[in-house]
Amino acid sequence: MNPVQAVGRSTLGLLRTAGSVAIFAGRGVAASVSAPWFGGQMARQVVAIGYLSLPVVGLTAVFTGAALALNIYTGGGRFNAEQIMPQIVALGITRELGPVLAALMLAGRVSAAIAAEIGAMRATEQIDALHTLSTDPFRYLVAPRLIAAVLTLPLLTAVADTIGVAGGFLVATQTLGFSGPLYVQNTWNFLTSWDIQSGLIKAAVFGFIVALMGAYHGYNASGGARGVGRATTHAVVSAAILVFAADYILTSLFTAK
Amino acid sequence: MSAPETPMLELRGVRKAFGDKVVLDGVDIPVARGRSLVIIGGSGQGKSVTIKIAIGLMAPDAGQVFVDGQDTSQIRSAADRAAHNARFGMLFQGAALFDSLTIWENVAFRLINADKVPRKEARERAVEALSRVGLPASVANLYPIELSGGMQKRAGLARAVVAAPQIIFFDEPTTGLDPINADVINDLIVEQVKRLGCTAVSITHDMASARKIGDEIAMLHKGRIVWRGPAADIDRSGNAYVDQFVNGRADGPIKVEV
Ligand SMILES: Nc1ncnc2c1ncn2[C@@H]1O[C@H](COP(=O)(O)OP(=O)(O)OP(=O)(O)O)[C@@H](O)[C@H]1O
Ligand SMILES: [Mg+2]
Repeated sequence: MNPVQAVGRSTLGLLRTAGSVAIFAGRGVAASVSAPWFGGQMARQVVAIGYLSLPVVGLTAVFTGAALALNIYTGGGRFNAEQIMPQIVALGITRELGPVLAALMLAGRVSAAIAAEIGAMRATEQIDALHTLSTDPFRYLVAPRLIAAVLTLPLLTAVADTIGVAGGFLVATQTLGFSGPLYVQNTWNFLTSWDIQSGLIKAAVFGFIVALMGAYHGYNASGGARGVGRATTHAVVSAAILVFAADYILTSLFTAK
Repeated sequence: MSAPETPMLELRGVRKAFGDKVVLDGVDIPVARGRSLVIIGGSGQGKSVTIKIAIGLMAPDAGQVFVDGQDTSQIRSAADRAAHNARFGMLFQGAALFDSLTIWENVAFRLINADKVPRKEARERAVEALSRVGLPASVANLYPIELSGGMQKRAGLARAVVAAPQIIFFDEPTTGLDPINADVINDLIVEQVKRLGCTAVSITHDMASARKIGDEIAMLHKGRIVWRGPAADIDRSGNAYVDQFVNGRADGPIKVEV
C-alpha cells in the first residue's frame, strides 16, 4: 500500500468511528432524557460509579494537592512569591486538576468496568436477550450509566477539590510554616465561584465521556473473551485521551472571555 | 379445502452478507400457525443469523419477514414495536440469563420491565413458570452462576414462555448438555409449545432433538433451504445433503471447509 492510500484509509476509518460514536451518543442521550427510566439500574450505577470511586479520587486528590503545594512553593520562591502558594494551589485544583484527575481515575475504574460488563453481556447474548424481552438496551444499560456518571463526577470533583486543597493545607501548615487560619482565609477570599463552577461543568462533560466510551466499546465488542479485553483497553485509552482533548477545548472556551 | 392460511411467520427472499461473505442467499421459510419447524445445517451456515433476522435482532439486506401476514419492516411506532416483540420468546444457546439478577428476576424480566406487572405478582408467575420446567421454588433466589448448565437452560426456557408468546425460538437448545438432560429439555420444549399452542422455530445440530421437537425439518446449506419435509420423512428424504448430515458422514456433497 502506498503512503497516500494508507493515510486515506486510516482517515476514513477514523471518520467512520467518529460517526458511529456520534450515533451511539445520540441514542444514549435520547434514552437518557426521555421516559421510561430504569430507576433501580440508575441507583445501582450511582453507587458503582460515584460512591465506590470516592476512595481513589480522595487519595489522588490529597497527594496531588500536597505535591502541588510543594512545587508551587519552590517555584514561587524563585521570585519571592511563596506567599501566593495557597491561591495558586486552589486555582489549579478547582479549575484543572480536580476535574481532570477525578475523570482519569474514573476512566481507569469506570470506563473499564462498563466496557467489560456490557462487552461480556454482548458476548453471552444477554444484549440480544434484552431485545427479545422488549427492553431497549440503551434505556436499560447505557442511559443509567451515562446519567450516573454525569451526575456523580461533579460531586466527586467537589470532593477532590476540597481534599486537594486540604492536601496543600497540610503540607503548608505542617512543613512550610504557613498559618492555618490565614491559609484558609487566603484561599477562600481568592477563589471565585466561577473557578469552582467551571471545574464542575468540565466534570459533567468528562463524566459523559467516561461512561460513553465504556458503553460504546462494550456494546460493540465482538470476538469472545479477547474482544472484551480489547474493548476494555480501547475504552480506557479513548476515555483518557478524549478527557484531555475536552479539557483543553473547555478551558480555552472558559478563559476566552 | 379452505384457502391457504396466512403463515404465522414467514421469511421471504431473505439475503444477508457480512462484507463479501454471503451467508443467506434468498431464504424462504413459511411456518404455519401452531407448527414446529426445526432448521438443521452445519456450523457457520447461517442458522443463528436466520433466527436473528426472524426475531428482528438483525436486518436482512434484502427480503422480508412477515409475522401473521404483517411485514415487520413496516412497524414504525415504538408502541407497535413493543406489541410486536411481546409475541416472541427466545431461548438462547447459552441461556443468556442476566448474571446480575436472580433466577426469578430473570424469568420475570419482561413482566417487570416491559409489562409493568407488580413485583409480587411477577414473582409468583416466575415461580410458577419455574415449576413448569421442573425447577423448585428454592432456586428462585439463586443467581445464574449458581446453577448447572441444564438448570440454566430450564430457567431460560421459563423466561421464554412466562409471558405466553405466540412464536418461540430455540437456538441449539440441547448443545452442551448430556444426553439425559438434553432429552429433558426436548420434552419440556414439546410440552410448553403444546401447552401454549405456539409456533416454534428451532435450530440444532442434534438430530435426536430435531426428530423430537420438530413437526417439520428444513435444511440450510450454502445460504439456501435445500430440503424441507415432515420430520418423519427425514430418513427417506432422497436428498444427498440431508442424508450426509443426518448420518454424519465425512464424504458426500457437503465439503467441510478448513
Ligand atoms: N454479526 C456478524 N458479523 C459478521 N459476521 C457474522 C455475524 N454474525 C454471523 N456472522 C457470520 O455468518 C456466518 C453464519 O453464522 P451463524 O452464527 O448464523 O452460523 P450457524 O449456522 O448458527 O453456526 P453454528 O452452528 O456454529 O452456531 C458465520 O460465518 C459467521 O462468521
Ligand atoms: Mg448458531
